[in-house]
Amino acid sequence: MDDKVVSRLTEICGADDVITDPQQLRTYECDGLTAHRCSPGLVVLPRSAEQIAAVVAECAARQVPFVARGSGTGLSGGALPRADGVLIVTAKMRRILAIDPASRRAVVEPGVTNLAVSKAAEPYGLFYAPDPSSQIVCSVGGNVAENSGGAHCLKHGFTTHHVTGLQIVTPQGELTWLGDGTGAAPGYDLVGAFTGSEGTLGIVTKIVVKLTPIPETVTTLLAAFTSMGAGGAAVSAIIGSGIVPGAIEMMDALAIEAAEAAVACRYPEGAGAVLIVELDGAEADVARETAAVREICEAEGAYEIRAARDAAERAAIWTGRKSAFAAVGRISPAYIVQDGVVPRTALPKVLDRISELSAQTGIRVANVFHAGDGNLHPLVLFDDKAAGEQEAAEELSGAILDLCIEHGGSITGEHGVGADKSRYMPKMFGADDLDTMQLLRCAFDPAGLCNPGKVFPTPRLCGEVPGVRHAPHPLVASGVIDQF
Amino acid sequence: MTPPDSRTTARAVPAELASACTQVALASQADAIAGRAARYLAAPASTAEAAAVLKAAADLALTVVPRGTRSRLDWGRPPSACDLIVDTSRLNSVLEHAAGDLVVSVQAGVQLADLAEVLAKAGQRLALDPPAGGTIGGVVATNAAGPLRFRYGAPRDLLIGITIVRADGTVARSGGKVVKNVAGYDLGKLFAGSYGTLGLITEATFRLHPKPAAAATLTLDCPDPQSAQAAAQAMASSPLAPSAIELDWPSAAAPLTVSVLLEGSQDSVTDRTGRMRALLEDQATARDTVSRGNAPTDSGTVLRVAFWPGQLASVLDVIRMTGADEGLDPAIGGSAAAGVLHVRLGAAAPAANVARFVDALRVGLGSPAEGADDAVRLLPSPASALVLEAPPNVRAAVDVWGPVPGLALMHAVKDQFDPEHRMSPGRFAGGI
Ligand SMILES: Cc1cc2nc3c(=O)[nH]c(=O)nc-3n(C[C@H](O)[C@H](O)[C@H](O)COP(=O)(O)OP(=O)(O)OC[C@H]3O[C@@H](n4cnc5c(N)ncnc54)[C@H](O)[C@@H]3O)c2cc1C
Ligand SMILES: Cc1cc2nc3c(=O)[nH]c(=O)nc-3n(C[C@H](O)[C@H](O)[C@H](O)COP(=O)(O)OP(=O)(O)OC[C@H]3O[C@@H](n4cnc5c(N)ncnc54)[C@H](O)[C@@H]3O)c2cc1C
Repeated sequence: MDDKVVSRLTEICGADDVITDPQQLRTYECDGLTAHRCSPGLVVLPRSAEQIAAVVAECAARQVPFVARGSGTGLSGGALPRADGVLIVTAKMRRILAIDPASRRAVVEPGVTNLAVSKAAEPYGLFYAPDPSSQIVCSVGGNVAENSGGAHCLKHGFTTHHVTGLQIVTPQGELTWLGDGTGAAPGYDLVGAFTGSEGTLGIVTKIVVKLTPIPETVTTLLAAFTSMGAGGAAVSAIIGSGIVPGAIEMMDALAIEAAEAAVACRYPEGAGAVLIVELDGAEADVARETAAVREICEAEGAYEIRAARDAAERAAIWTGRKSAFAAVGRISPAYIVQDGVVPRTALPKVLDRISELSAQTGIRVANVFHAGDGNLHPLVLFDDKAAGEQEAAEELSGAILDLCIEHGGSITGEHGVGADKSRYMPKMFGADDLDTMQLLRCAFDPAGLCNPGKVFPTPRLCGEVPGVRHAPHPLVASGVIDQF
Repeated sequence: MTPPDSRTTARAVPAELASACTQVALASQADAIAGRAARYLAAPASTAEAAAVLKAAADLALTVVPRGTRSRLDWGRPPSACDLIVDTSRLNSVLEHAAGDLVVSVQAGVQLADLAEVLAKAGQRLALDPPAGGTIGGVVATNAAGPLRFRYGAPRDLLIGITIVRADGTVARSGGKVVKNVAGYDLGKLFAGSYGTLGLITEATFRLHPKPAAAATLTLDCPDPQSAQAAAQAMASSPLAPSAIELDWPSAAAPLTVSVLLEGSQDSVTDRTGRMRALLEDQATARDTVSRGNAPTDSGTVLRVAFWPGQLASVLDVIRMTGADEGLDPAIGGSAAAGVLHVRLGAAAPAANVARFVDALRVGLGSPAEGADDAVRLLPSPASALVLEAPPNVRAAVDVWGPVPGLALMHAVKDQFDPEHRMSPGRFAGGI
């Protein structure tokens, strides 16, 4: 890194908030997707929007690329640094600036964790609805960049439905507001266009989020089926009945086996599939819907249904589901976490095809997913010590994405494209589609300095390995967060 | 299609246009948009045909204005030029209704009412109820929403995929057919509310919701703005999941009411209505439907005021006081708890007074009341007043858009998508 840049950024941020030591720089070499690594040229930890603006302006003036990083939990290499660039970490911008219960809004800094917003809103009977399972650590700035979802997005929507204003630093280093917090500002919806842009259009420095009344009642059901087909049919029947549950999650036999081994979740014995259905809302509604969901599950062949009567029982039901990703590490030395989407009605067909592919290749695939919105998270298991297994697993994992595209779905439902999946973008979108998206990029970042090389395919990224996970994410392993 | 009038028959439709589209004609006076005469009219029936039309328009350097059912085509600023109107009336097919997935794909010229009929057969609905109806393209292009905005948001919130044709004829898609999808930029957000200035919308895919079996509305009389805010807030923060919370205040002397719409199964609606009534201390009366405070009535001026919902009382006060200063008595109505109100002035209101009213209103809205919450003060300008509809003399006198946050970036976006500024030029904020 150019000495002049280092000294200017040190002037701006103060020596304590600039990292140049190679050893320390290495701690930022990857995000939650450890397969992609690169030590950043320099790390800064600004404390204000004005500092970020000054840092970016300096980078822009000297043509130095820069990448934003929140908590580094991203699963697509979106926060992968550049060796020749500056990594701007928002970890020291963690203030909840204000809560306005009457407007049901909060204004927060980008480094605030997702869960902290809900905690701060709780005294007012409100919460921040998007709930990625990394919510204890992931930042709201990162959520905005990824348009993050969570198990309960089926009913409550994604980040983009809950953000009404953004203060950003443009890639030229100018501080500006997009939107005005109302959600109905005049002009183009730049808040909407920015959300989900994976850090490529600028750096978020303040966020206005909507808060939602905490549901009066929550009921959680666990239903066991002998086959995935029966479970899938129950999902379709629930959705078709006009009920919109808070969450519908599904696990197959292998995922259940792994969870059982890891956390002894004691799901019903012999289950080929379990469904977790959570209903939230007004008391009488939840009671009625719970009865209806029970009936539907029974009609579709559920042989055991449990209902959580209190928070402890609800937690017991969720334990298996929440531990599933990490638990797979117990039954396999290495695995790839895939993230793809299919229309809900295509779930049975796609799951059948995945098990065929698994049988043909002899590679085990555990299925854990957000069934309500067709968001699959197949875990492709392999032994990284055995010759050729990794390549075969990558191939299968890629074939699953092809399957999603074939059925009119998406290559990512929540983890983003980042550095990992840009090469799949041309499979989902035509050249004109990608060129048109690029226009937005050019409007914000004509110099191409803001998180370059992410989302859109460039020759430089061809042939990169997809995400291989050798062990659970360190945060999962240490029990800080659950992945599901 | 309207027959060409004698003034324009002298000109012929250029060959490039004629060969691009099976339905092209010279425009008549009746096709003028906000007084701006158009030269040609094309009505493509497919995305491919629309692309050919826009390609031909690009070759001929024609300015282009998309048109749906024209229900509100005059709103906003008049386009500075309009050589070619692209009429979407033949883009009228429902392409795919995947009922099991609660998703529908339609062409842009499909009318909201026709789509509702198709969806109702499967017990579903697109949860959008803009007062004037119109085509999918028009509703998306203006991001128009009605009372259901409170629960379901605006078109931008329900749109999951979009196909557009750029000014140069390039066809592009973003999003897809699944409700959960984060691959690539969300161009649907950019085109929702773009008023035809970035390109032509030809197809859109939406997330649907179950059509509720029952609905009930409770209306509360409120003595003053403060109590209207308290009522709206109580309804919005209740666990009773209202679909809409609408305010209606036809004039300063008329009663001020706030209504709440509850939807769902019959049992659920009965329960929740009872509980809502109790919450409102048994003072609410039942109504058949939620009042459509924002339905356009005459040819006067309509403003859309957006604000933080917690500012409702002070926003109402500002509107009334500013109106009184100019001798105006506006009708106020809209989605109180979503922070969107429509302010209507009669056609007889003098243009100069309306213009001063709009300016003063913006000043009043821009400075939140004493004692307003800290949060709202962090924003440079946490409210807006947009002139939607106005008689020509008023439109000439007012700043239709007012201040817009992020305008420099909007110009940059426009320059990328439509570098020659041929799409609905001058319609938008900042002269875009
Ligand atoms: C165990 C585990 C479980 C997870 N579960 C879910 C889940 O349920 N749902 C889900 O959607 N995701 C999930 N994720 C993925 C991840 O947590 C989310 O993508 C999250 O939003 C990332 O936030 P972060 O602060 O860690 O961002 P980072 O990883 O630091 O960055 C992610 C992207 O955001 C950009 N970025 C960060 N901050 C800013 C800013 N201020 N301005 C502009 N761009 C910025 C970065 O450049 C990068 O492109 C999970 C991850 C893990 C490890
Ligand atoms: C500037 C403006 C602001 C409005 N704001 C609101 C509002 O906030 N709330 C509300 O309830 N109603 C609003 N309306 C009314 C709303 O437009 C109508 O309810 C609905 O758009 C009518 O659809 P239509 O088919 O009649 O479109 P038209 O009235 O024919 O056209 C409306 C606008 O959309 C553009 N347009 C139409 N079709 C397409 C297309 N396929 N691709 C691109 N652009 C297209 C037109 O060029 C025009 O700018 C607004 C209208 C205008 C013009």
